[in-house]
Amino acid sequence: MSTQRMDVDAEGLPTHQVLSTDGERIPDTELDHYLANLTPAMLSDFLRDMVVVRRMDAEANALQRQGQLGLWAPLLGQEAAQIGSIRAARNDDFIFPSYREHAVAWARGVKAQDLLSVWRGVTPSGWDPYQVNIACQQIVIGAQALHAVGYALGIKFDGSHQVAFGYFGDGATSQGDVNEAMVFAASYQAPVVFFCQNNQWAISEPVGLQSRTQIADRAHGFGLKVWRVDGNDVLAVYAATKAATEYVRHGLGPVFIEAVTYRMGAHTTADDPTRYRTEEQLDKWRAKDPIDRLRKYLEKMGADLPAMERRAEEAADQLAADLRAAITSMPDPGPEALFENVYAEPHPLIEAQRTGYLEYLATFEGQDA
Amino acid sequence: MPTMIQALNTSLRDALTDDEKVVLLGEDIGTLGGVFRVTDGLKSQFGEHRVIDTPLAESGIVGTAIGLAYRGYRPVVEIQFDGFTYPAFDQLVSQLAKLHYRSRGRVKMPVTVRIPFGGGIGSPEHHSESPEAYFVHTAGLRVFAPSTVEDAYTMLRQAIDCDDPVIFFEPKRRYHEKAELPYGDQWRDEAPCARVVRRGDDVTAIGYGPTVYTLNDAAVAAEDEQISMEVIDLRTLDPLDWSTITQSVKHTGRVVIVHEASAQGGLGAEIAAGITERCFDYLDHAPLRVTGFDVPYPPSKLEHHHLPDLDRVLHAVDTVMRRDEVTALGAAR
Repeated sequence: MSTQRMDVDAEGLPTHQVLSTDGERIPDTELDHYLANLTPAMLSDFLRDMVVVRRMDAEANALQRQGQLGLWAPLLGQEAAQIGSIRAARNDDFIFPSYREHAVAWARGVKAQDLLSVWRGVTPSGWDPYQVNIACQQIVIGAQALHAVGYALGIKFDGSHQVAFGYFGDGATSQGDVNEAMVFAASYQAPVVFFCQNNQWAISEPVGLQSRTQIADRAHGFGLKVWRVDGNDVLAVYAATKAATEYVRHGLGPVFIEAVTYRMGAHTTADDPTRYRTEEQLDKWRAKDPIDRLRKYLEKMGADLPAMERRAEEAADQLAADLRAAITSMPDPGPEALFENVYAEPHPLIEAQRTGYLEYLATFEGQDA
Repeated sequence: MPTMIQALNTSLRDALTDDEKVVLLGEDIGTLGGVFRVTDGLKSQFGEHRVIDTPLAESGIVGTAIGLAYRGYRPVVEIQFDGFTYPAFDQLVSQLAKLHYRSRGRVKMPVTVRIPFGGGIGSPEHHSESPEAYFVHTAGLRVFAPSTVEDAYTMLRQAIDCDDPVIFFEPKRRYHEKAELPYGDQWRDEAPCARVVRRGDDVTAIGYGPTVYTLNDAAVAAEDEQISMEVIDLRTLDPLDWSTITQSVKHTGRVVIVHEASAQGGLGAEIAAGITERCFDYLDHAPLRVTGFDVPYPPSKLEHHHLPDLDRVLHAVDTVMRRDEVTALGAAR
């Protein structure tokens, strides 16, 4: 067996890992094929992407602390899982994300300020899903998994070779909707990839409270093809997702990927993780950091790491500066925005309430606040 | 003459024929043709990719329909019975209803959710519910409730054609009523709105779905007492057609609102409040409600007590006409 068991305590599937925590390349008979054509430029892109999204995350945390955002759900620690998977998708594959898939959205071309505008509370969504092939972020846990299945069914009816992605976390696998999504996907052999980031925590509840088996093991029971992968190994995630999409595009049915990672930050900026986990646990996962691991690998393979680092840092600096400027100058919406897009077609109640409220506000014009 | 079931079947057939993006999803709707046979023959005519038998999971059905709509399809979902709507509640209320708003108008959700609703058919628990108020209360949904065979055809075409999600309540105990269908594109001629089904001068009686028949019977009976009832079939519960309602109430000055659903927080409360706000100076009596009681839907041997019937409606009419010494509250509610 060429794959290592990362999680020796859990019985079940082997966890694919192609980069050790020291940056050693580990052969993997299933995944090596998908890594054969990786160029130094692509590796440099992986590094840049992860550094940039980590900076975006740090900047968003800071903006929240400074009162510029209402809330933020940090992605720290999950950079490899998100970047590795989305970079393996085709641009016309359609993504249904949860509220933590900031790196996925950014990689799809969503501007950081558009992503954060929702968390600032100025708009219900920051982008047009059809421009970037990624749906609005979903807050109800697991609800989007079904939307991915429905979209995938449409792909199948249309005779297309696109793939729909449903992103969710370990906690979501306890939700009825995720289980129903797996039932429907299997029943119709829908072209969908369920990408589960097992970040070990559903707010304060450890993954062991969700499941006595590996998360990946659950998907087996539904008749899905399953990969379990080290989610802090960007190359393993990339390769497994490539393998998954190839499988799906061949019409072989839906796939479930469990990316084993760790939420290094709080659940959201409103959370206090010191109440439920220890520094020792964090230290164990700091040693598995996805960006450090790629750096070590690049160093070992003799790449020009300093140049790659410079490129990544410049991109991160630029993003952070642009983001801060855009967010701090972002105006509040006017009251008429309350009533926009509630319905697609005219609705007399909404029209009447809009008119009435704007007339009411107009009575205050010219008065002192 | 076709029954309401056949009218709905024809409506679906015509929608499937006219627009290849229309797909039907539901439990037992394919090979069986639905437990009420509303989709009878449609799978064999249009194929299993247009008329889709689903696994038994209502949230899954609605969530999958949402994904299809994201992809540009125009799904029509059948929930087998009213009481099985609730497992899909999040997908209906937080997803289907909100995606147009959430996406700032980029994502259209032209999904129709057909729900056979209401009691009077002697069923066990969960087969006789009237859950319309939940959906009327939910921003982003439209709610239709046809009462007649013609409207069943017409309003289902309108619902499927609508770019907003429509919760479509079918009066299952009237499924076997018969009438000629409108033909051609007549359904396009009129926007869905309330209809005055009987003109009168003394009392406005407002109902929808299965109770419209009760109101018409009550109006005939009231004539014997020299009471002239105007009957309004709401047809659309969201949006409510306030123009038709207020015009009638300003004429009669008295209102009785009837539905099978419980009173508290129900549609009757909304209508009574709206009438009071809009027509206070025209009212000769407080608007009264005649509804199901605020109890769980009862076993079938009790449902004739629970459902608003001719006598309870007439009692409320007598009360607003001040012809009855008995306090209205006990009998009307």
